Amino acid sequence: MGTYLGLLQRRHADTLIQRLRGAGYHVLGPVVQDGTIRYAPVDGFDRLPAGWVEQQAPGHYRLQKRDSPRCFSWTLGPQGLKPLTFAPEEPLWTVERRHGHGLEFHSHFPETKKQAVLGVRACDLAALALQDRHFLGGPHPDERYRRRREGLLLIAVHCHRAAPTCFCASTGDGPRAHHGFDLALSELDEGYLVEAGSEAGHALAAALPLIPPQPGQQARAEREIRHAGEAQERRLPGRDLMTALRARRDAAHWEEIGRRCLACGNCTSVCPTCFCHCHQERPHPTEDRSSHYRQWDSCFTSGHSYIHGIVIREDTALRYRQWLSHKLGEWHAQYGRSGCVGCGRCITWCPVGIDLTHETAALLAAPPDDSEACDA
Amino acid sequence: MEPRKLRVAVHKFASCDGCQLAFLNAGEALLALSERVDFVHFAELGPMDPEAEVDVAFIEGSVCTREEGDRLQRIRARSRFLISLGACATAGGLQALRNLADGEAWLNEIYPRREYLDALATATPLSEEVTVDLAIWGCPVNGEQVFQVIAELERGLTPRLPDDPLCLECKRRGAVCTLVTQGRPCLGPVTRGGCGALCPRFGRDCYGCFGPSEHPNTEALGRRFEGLGLIDAAIARRFLFINSAAPAFREAGLRWGGRPACP
Repeated sequence: MGTYLGLLQRRHADTLIQRLRGAGYHVLGPVVQDGTIRYAPVDGFDRLPAGWVEQQAPGHYRLQKRDSPRCFSWTLGPQGLKPLTFAPEEPLWTVERRHGHGLEFHSHFPETKKQAVLGVRACDLAALALQDRHFLGGPHPDERYRRRREGLLLIAVHCHRAAPTCFCASTGDGPRAHHGFDLALSELDEGYLVEAGSEAGHALAAALPLIPPQPGQQARAEREIRHAGEAQERRLPGRDLMTALRARRDAAHWEEIGRRCLACGNCTSVCPTCFCHCHQERPHPTEDRSSHYRQWDSCFTSGHSYIHGIVIREDTALRYRQWLSHKLGEWHAQYGRSGCVGCGRCITWCPVGIDLTHETAALLAAPPDDSEACDA
Repeated sequence: MEPRKLRVAVHKFASCDGCQLAFLNAGEALLALSERVDFVHFAELGPMDPEAEVDVAFIEGSVCTREEGDRLQRIRARSRFLISLGACATAGGLQALRNLADGEAWLNEIYPRREYLDALATATPLSEEVTVDLAIWGCPVNGEQVFQVIAELERGLTPRLPDDPLCLECKRRGAVCTLVTQGRPCLGPVTRGGCGALCPRFGRDCYGCFGPSEHPNTEALGRRFEGLGLIDAAIARRFLFINSAAPAFREAGLRWGGRPACP
C-alpha cells in the first residue's frame, strides 16, 4: 500500500499540468488518436481520454467511450516510454569529405528537453528500468539514451483496470507502480490520491492543492488496484524460464508457431524492453557527405542474424525461438530477470494474435529434449 | 583529372510514367544530381539517346509488346547496371493481371480492331527476359530510395534496399496498425517496407505495392483475412492487385482461387 500525501480533487487536476509547465516541462499525456491512446502534448485535463477504455484481445484493439469522469480507465496504448528514450531512428554521425583535407566526422546528439509524462503504467516503468540497465549499465553507457532519459519526469498511474491481455501480476511488475516514478496517482471518480517517489515528486506534490483523503478513499483505491491484479486472465508459467526453455530447443512446437508467425516484428517493436537496433549508412545524393543512422531492428528480420554471407536464422521458427527464449530465458543470465513485464502488447499487436503466454505454456507442456541433444 | 561522371539512362516501357516522376518531382535535388551524373537518355527530362552505352539504366514499365522485348535486349547489352524501376518493371504491375486470364481474348473483346495493336497477350517483368541487377519496388517508387541508389552507385557501392516487412517501418514512424485497430486486411506484414509507411500513416491498410518482403508468410496472413470476413476472391485480389508477377504474391493469390476481375 502506498503512502498517500493527499487527494488532488478533480476540479483542481489542471494545477498539476500548470505546475509542470511552470517548472519548464513539456507535458505529454494520453490522448485519443488514430483509434488508440497515445502520449501527446497536453495543456489540460480536458485533453485526456475521460471515460475511454479499450478492448484488447489477441490481434485486436478497439476504443470505447463510457460515461465516467475517469481519465485513466484505459490500460495501455500501442507504445510505452520506449520511443521517448530509445529513438526509433536517429543519426549517430555524419562524415564529410574536405577536399584535400581528408575526412571530418561530426557526432549527432539529440536536442533534449525536460519532458513530463502523465499516466505511465507500472509495467512500462519496469520496462524502463530494464532499458536503463541495458543502455546505461556497463562501461559504455549510451549517451543519446542518457540525454533523453535524464530529461524525463514520470507521473505514474496505478492500474485500476486490467485488459484481458495484461499479465503483469504474474511477472510481478504491476498493477501497482512501486518504483521508478516521481509522482504516482490513484484515480477515483472524485480525484487523485497522490504519492511521491522522488525529491522532484515531493516538491511537485508540495505545490499542489492537496487535501487530506476522506475515510474510505484509500481503501477504495487499494481495493480497485488489487482487483486489477486478480482479474488478470493470463499468466506466465513461472518467472525464470531459462532452464525450462533451454531444455526445449528442439521442441516440435517451435515449428508449429513458425507456420503461424508472420515474422513481421510487431511484437518486438511494441515490446517496451526490446532494444535491438541496426545501423545504416546513408550517403547524401548530391553532396560529399554521408550519415550513419541507428534504427529499431527486430530479431525477426534476416539482417538480425546475417553474418558474413549467411543468415543464421533462415526460418521463422528459429526467429521466434530466438525471441522467446531470449526474452523469457537468457535475459536472466544477462540482466538478472526476465525481459517480460507482462504488458501483453505483443499479444494485442500481433496481426495474427499469437499469444506468448499460450505458446510458453504449450512449450513447457512438452517433455524436455533428451540430454544429449541439449548438450550439443 | 576529374573522374568521369556516371552515365545514366531512364527508359520507359508499358507504364503510367509515375515512377519517372520520382526524379522529376525532386526539383532542385535533380538539378544538383545532374551536376554529378550525366543523364544521357531521359525523354521526360529532355536528353534523348536511347541506344547510348551507359553505366546505369533505369527501366520503368513491363514488357507488353514485341518491340519492348527487343528494346530491352539492346538496353541490357549497353548497360553495366540495370535497374527495374517500380512495380511494373519489377513484378508486372496492374497490366500483368491479364497474365492470369486469357489476355488475347481480352484484347479481342476490348478493342474493335485487334490488328492495330502490337500488344502481347502477357505483361512481363524485366527479370523474366534479362538479368536485372537491382529492383526498386513500389507503385510508385519512393524518390528517396531512387536517389539513395544513385548516390551509392556513384560512389562505387553496391546498392541494397531493405526487404523487411512494412510493419517495422510503421512502428518506427508511430503509425497505428490498421489491421489491429480497424480490422482492415493490411498486407504490411508480408510487404517490404521502403515507402515510408505512407498508407498506414493515413489510416489506410497497405495493399502491397512494394511487393513481397524477405520472408512472407502469405498463408497465415490470408487465413487471418478469412477471419476478418473476407471471401476468397477478395483475398486473392489483395495479393494479386499490383504485383501479381511476384512469385510469393502470385502463389498466394492462386491459393485463394485468384482470377482477376473479368471485363
